[in-house]
Amino acid sequence: MHASKPAGAATVSAKAAGGKIVLGEPEIRRALTRIAHEILERTDGGTDVVLLGIPTRGVPLARRLAERLAQVEGRPASAGSLDITMYRDDLRLRPARALGHTDVPPGGIDGRVVILVDDVLYSGRTVRAALDALGDLGRPRAVQLAVLVDRGHRELPIRADYVGKNLPTSQREMVKVLLEEVDGQDAVILGESDEGKARA
Amino acid sequence: MNNTAMNNTAMTDQAWLIRGARPLGGQPADLLLADGLIQEVAGAGTAEAPVGAQVLDAAGLIALPGLVDLHTHLREPGREDAETVETGTAAAALGGFTAVHAMANTDPVADTAGVAEQIWRLGRQAGRCDVRPVGAVTTGLEGRRLAELGAMADSAARVRVFSDDGSCVADAVLMRRALEYVKAFDGVIAQHAQEPRLTDGAQVNEGEISGRLGLTGWPAVAEEAIIARDCLLAAHVGSALHVCHVSTAGSVEIIRWAKSKGWRVTAEVTPHHLLLTDDLAASYDPVYKVNPPLRTAADVAELRAGLADGTIDCVATDHAPHPLEDKETEWPVAANGMTGLETALRVVQEALVDTGLLDWAGVADRMSVRPALIGRLTGDGAPRHGAPLAAGSPASLVLYDPAGREVVDPATHASRSRNSPFAGMALPGRVVATFLRGTPTVLDGKLAR
Amino acid sequence: MNRHLLSTTDLSRDDALLILDTAEELAQVADRPIRKLPTLRGRTVVNLFFEDSTRTRISFEAAAKRLSADVINFSAKGSSVAKGESLKDTALTLEAMGADAVVVRHSASGAPHRLAGWVRGSVVNAGDGAHEHPTQALLDAFTMRRRLGRLEGLRVAIVGDVLHSRVARSNVGLLRTLGAEVTLVAPPTLLPVAVASWPCEVSYDLNAVLPKSDVVMMLRVQQERMNAAYFPTIREYSRRYGLDSGRMALLPEHAIVMHPGPMNRGIEIGADVADSVRSTIVEQVGNGVSVRMAVLYLLLGGSEAQR
Repeated sequence: MHASKPAGAATVSAKAAGGKIVLGEPEIRRALTRIAHEILERTDGGTDVVLLGIPTRGVPLARRLAERLAQVEGRPASAGSLDITMYRDDLRLRPARALGHTDVPPGGIDGRVVILVDDVLYSGRTVRAALDALGDLGRPRAVQLAVLVDRGHRELPIRADYVGKNLPTSQREMVKVLLEEVDGQDAVILGESDEGKARA
Repeated sequence: MNNTAMNNTAMTDQAWLIRGARPLGGQPADLLLADGLIQEVAGAGTAEAPVGAQVLDAAGLIALPGLVDLHTHLREPGREDAETVETGTAAAALGGFTAVHAMANTDPVADTAGVAEQIWRLGRQAGRCDVRPVGAVTTGLEGRRLAELGAMADSAARVRVFSDDGSCVADAVLMRRALEYVKAFDGVIAQHAQEPRLTDGAQVNEGEISGRLGLTGWPAVAEEAIIARDCLLAAHVGSALHVCHVSTAGSVEIIRWAKSKGWRVTAEVTPHHLLLTDDLAASYDPVYKVNPPLRTAADVAELRAGLADGTIDCVATDHAPHPLEDKETEWPVAANGMTGLETALRVVQEALVDTGLLDWAGVADRMSVRPALIGRLTGDGAPRHGAPLAAGSPASLVLYDPAGREVVDPATHASRSRNSPFAGMALPGRVVATFLRGTPTVLDGKLAR
Repeated sequence: MNRHLLSTTDLSRDDALLILDTAEELAQVADRPIRKLPTLRGRTVVNLFFEDSTRTRISFEAAAKRLSADVINFSAKGSSVAKGESLKDTALTLEAMGADAVVVRHSASGAPHRLAGWVRGSVVNAGDGAHEHPTQALLDAFTMRRRLGRLEGLRVAIVGDVLHSRVARSNVGLLRTLGAEVTLVAPPTLLPVAVASWPCEVSYDLNAVLPKSDVVMMLRVQQERMNAAYFPTIREYSRRYGLDSGRMALLPEHAIVMHPGPMNRGIEIGADVADSVRSTIVEQVGNGVSVRMAVLYLLLGGSEAQR
């Protein structure tokens, strides 16, 4: 069996990616802080909220959001992860992939507000898969979506509730998010892609 | 074959002049064949073609006396789906053989004069090579009672070699009696050495391979213990023992020791045991399943050395054809055996000549002269084979081209069955022509007639 | 790598760890209200069992169904095979039915290898003769890792009829690949002749090995072996090689006791040992489903191109 691993922790400098940095560390920090406040506004202070990050990079983003929520509200916020590999609609296009980790916080998702967290929103298929996965895990009261970057080109009727940055792109371009926890640095890079087909 | 009149079906009046062949790999010579005999052997290009003689340009070809196989399974009567005397002897001729010994494990078993004569007649009818029926040692090959060895010896088939091959004559007393009994008519017992209890359910050589593959092992000692016992028995009663398909280094050693004592022990080895090893079983493809099983590289080396130094007297194919459905199964259920008539000489070239262990004169000795002696094919009561390539000898010979290298394709074989372990393997040489008492059975690599 | 799982020696260390890690994730499915994933929807898995084995077959069936695959069960008894249909013809029939994967258990070593040449789908060896039982070894390794937290450097003793055991062969191969140290314990008659060439230690003395073992895996002993003179009596075998509570006390405190099942209580394993907290026998069953889900997913869940 051969599996393609989820993108690893190798650091990629903007130069090596052949692109330019569109968000640096300070911009990312501010965006996340803003999103955290928006979440608190729209969920009545974050009660009954469960943040579920989609591996790989959605997970540290969810954790960071949870930290900010806890700072503001003074009580801990639930964060976990939801791997959607088994629900993807494009499994047959590549060799079987290794699975990411699913960790639903104690208390589950029934009757709660689940906020899915991912780094880039593109075609929307990942989120569609995440909705299916959630359906098999339980019945949330509501599901919302928080993304760091929305790069357009939706293929399904899906929209994000919270967006760090709207980044119009062409399909020939590639958006790469780097995070300290995974890649050793925080940056959002826009560059040329060889395969126009790499869709989130 | 009858003794006085030369065989009718194999004889025509056509004379042949073979130009420039190399007898036993020696200097090129011309051979004139007429009236079933070699009339003349002269320096290359010097012989004159008599009127009406066909000329065969044999430049570059080795000439050997017609090969004699002491161990073939022709399957008829009973398993004509696998092979018949007709197809088996065609395969033999294509392999350069002019005489084959047909083993007795047919259905019905060749344990009576009647069945032996039937096989003998089928051989004469097919006419492509001499078929010498081997008689069973025990009735039904059951290992309990002696078959009517005397009746078989006195029959038209004039059986001299007796074997329960496929099974071992395991009972020591029975083996002793058989060895004693055949002295009366200069017979020889050919033993398939396999202690039955030690090899119950055995599938592959017992060793690293059997442990790894999870298949029941066939230990070398099961062969060696019987050979040792039988050599001692033969010596004790003053009889002749022939050991079939020797497969282990230990067996070679025991036979060497027995011969050093002057005991009348002869032995044969198959082509596949000279070339192939047990690791081939790892594919679980039953084309490699045979009894005795393929052994280790160390065994192969000792068998080659034994054949080279004459401890092993001859190469015998143990040609064992099986229909597809008996081989295209899971290993434990598959039949044992490999075809071998059409590839034998090429395998011997690959394993012994091209490795420098044996020259062509040695090949003639191991594949024609000695097996003819062991089979008592001396021209006295039986057709003569293994005679030197000289004037006065029967014109039974094979012309072989040692050059070139081709992949073995069983689909092109004359044998009815396709279970060759050499399929897909490149082997050197090819048989160009085979003559049986002056009549070509194979010309230009194809069946004549 | 391979589109089949025929032997643990086909698995590299990375392959093996991938299966275990995937199984770890998939194990969660068992605790969910909806014990299903859609991943293998539309795929057909055929259970081709020529030997009776309800446990293993049910395990594979559960694994396939949890991945939404369609399952077809073919058991040899009373089928065309009982009437003499050849393995090859059975394979061709499965081909015609469009089997994506064939899980095969057969009494002949090497039968899955032959099958792999005749079907286009993936072949999973569920036990062939005395040769291998790869998913058993995988679930055993998974169990060890869960209970003891690691595999590297783990000292594993495998006790019993090694000669006839496909579980032993698969475990020796896989554990070695994963960095564990294996010691085989058996009477000399039940060890293969060339066992010295295997990547493990060998001992005839169970009492000496137990104090140095983190895992003891007991193999089932069959009564017929006594009739073929592999050992004189069941009583003597049990006395010398059975794991009773007295022997269990020789184990280090953290050590676990495993058995591939089915057990002969009172012969190779004492009843109280089988029921003790050290015993992983029950959880091995649940782990088997997770591991088999992982195998089916990795073989069938991706593109055709790899196959």
